[in-house]
Amino acid sequence: MARHVIAAVDELPPGTRKFLEIDGRPIAVFNIKGEYFGLMNRCPHQGAALCEGPLIGLAQSKDPGEIEYTKLGEIIRCPWHGWEFDIRTGQSYCDPRRFRVKAYPAQVEPGARVVKGPYVAETIPVKVESDYVVVEL
Amino acid sequence: MNIQFRESLEAASPPTTKTAIADCDIHPARATRTELYPYLAKRWQHHLEIYGVHAYQGMMEGPPYPKAQPNASRRDAYPPEGGPQGSSLSFMQKQLLDPNNVQLGVLNPLNTGQGIRNHELSAALCSAINDWQIDKWTSKDNRLKGSIVVGNEDGLSAAAEIRERAGDKNFVQVLLLSRNVEPLGQRRYWPIYQAAEEAGLPVGVHAFGFGGNPITPSGWPSYYIEEMVGHSQCQQSALASLVLEGVFERFPKLKMVMIEAGFGWAPSLAWRLDKVWQRLRSEVPHVKRPPSEYIREQVWWTTQPMEDPERREDLFDVVNWIGWDRLLFATDYPHWDYDEPSRVLPAGVSDANREAFYLGNAKKLYGIS
Ligand code: FES
Repeated sequence: MARHVIAAVDELPPGTRKFLEIDGRPIAVFNIKGEYFGLMNRCPHQGAALCEGPLIGLAQSKDPGEIEYTKLGEIIRCPWHGWEFDIRTGQSYCDPRRFRVKAYPAQVEPGARVVKGPYVAETIPVKVESDYVVVEL
Repeated sequence: MNIQFRESLEAASPPTTKTAIADCDIHPARATRTELYPYLAKRWQHHLEIYGVHAYQGMMEGPPYPKAQPNASRRDAYPPEGGPQGSSLSFMQKQLLDPNNVQLGVLNPLNTGQGIRNHELSAALCSAINDWQIDKWTSKDNRLKGSIVVGNEDGLSAAAEIRERAGDKNFVQVLLLSRNVEPLGQRRYWPIYQAAEEAGLPVGVHAFGFGGNPITPSGWPSYYIEEMVGHSQCQQSALASLVLEGVFERFPKLKMVMIEAGFGWAPSLAWRLDKVWQRLRSEVPHVKRPPSEYIREQVWWTTQPMEDPERREDLFDVVNWIGWDRLLFATDYPHWDYDEPSRVLPAGVSDANREAFYLGNAKKLYGIS
């Protein structure tokens, strides 16, 4: 499992996402309130660039008439047919048994660790004194 | 929360098939509110500025139901130069036509001059949108063909528009919508069918419309999801009306295309019609043959939204009844319920049927060599 440096931390502030291709795979990395998540950027339904959709919450109902809106900003809604996926896990909410989108762990590593490896810096010039977002795949 | 940046569009494009296809339901949009003005007499430009349009439909600020995505369209289909989804030819070429190897793309402009109470304005807007289709789309890319938009509630002006465009290779069908003031078989619409038959043009009936009637026979529903399923009910009543008013009998060379309302319901509607026709045919003696015969001979179906049953055998049963020569592949680009060409047809279809489904049927119906 290779670890890839995909951005300096300041380049990916909270509320933003970055699209890139690693080993031929389209990946999107999100910063949600300081936590980082990587997802395959291809919808398992019909193949849309899934992560171009909006981040929403999850509307659920235990009983008719009672609506709970949770996971605000943690659900990605496909730009085509609107299927919803949890960006933490890749779980699909409309057909969780058949469909999930591959999730890739992402986290922040200090420059000193990144420079030592085993990391692959894609296009990012890496300096020891800053922090980097790293994706594993 | 939704700020994005990306390395390149190419990196984000989904994989696509290279099989040559026809796309029989593409929705071109206007980039600006006044884009039709060059094709409209000053009198109508001023009319639009002063009075706007007055449709049969209530709730005129937008469509009768909210849509699932902005402009009911794919969020990734905004052209880079700005404007709504579907308003840029170059982006449509790059996102739809080139990567999917589209050889024939049939344009169905929506939100045009149809369903407007002022019939003169309706006719002027329809004629303008037809000129616009030539100027902006079909003359610039010969894969694209237009649909003649007509003022549907006024059969005479609609027929005049069809006759004026007859023989123009920029157009391959006449466009109607499924929600009209009356069911589509009724006589106010007959001049349209007569002119289309004479011109040798199929009549496409696209879901939606502004007839002022609710989408369901039991009234106005609460949710957009009910409108989505209501389109099939609406087309069923339109088709029953076409058969039972004797439109197919009167215009035996007329070809109808049912657009964007599914096709899984076709066999059961035909069976039911046949059964009641056997008992009640004396009420409609002008319907000389079992309804299913007219339907099988004179009706085609676009695929999007492609039926998606749990067992593919069920899909094949339906298609076997309809006929593999009757389906026309469509994506509905740029709308949000777009069907991706490489993903809609399950495995187990012969090469000949596959070719007919994706391309051959459409070329034959629309007379494209
Ligand atoms: S392609 Fe994502 S929901 Fe259909």
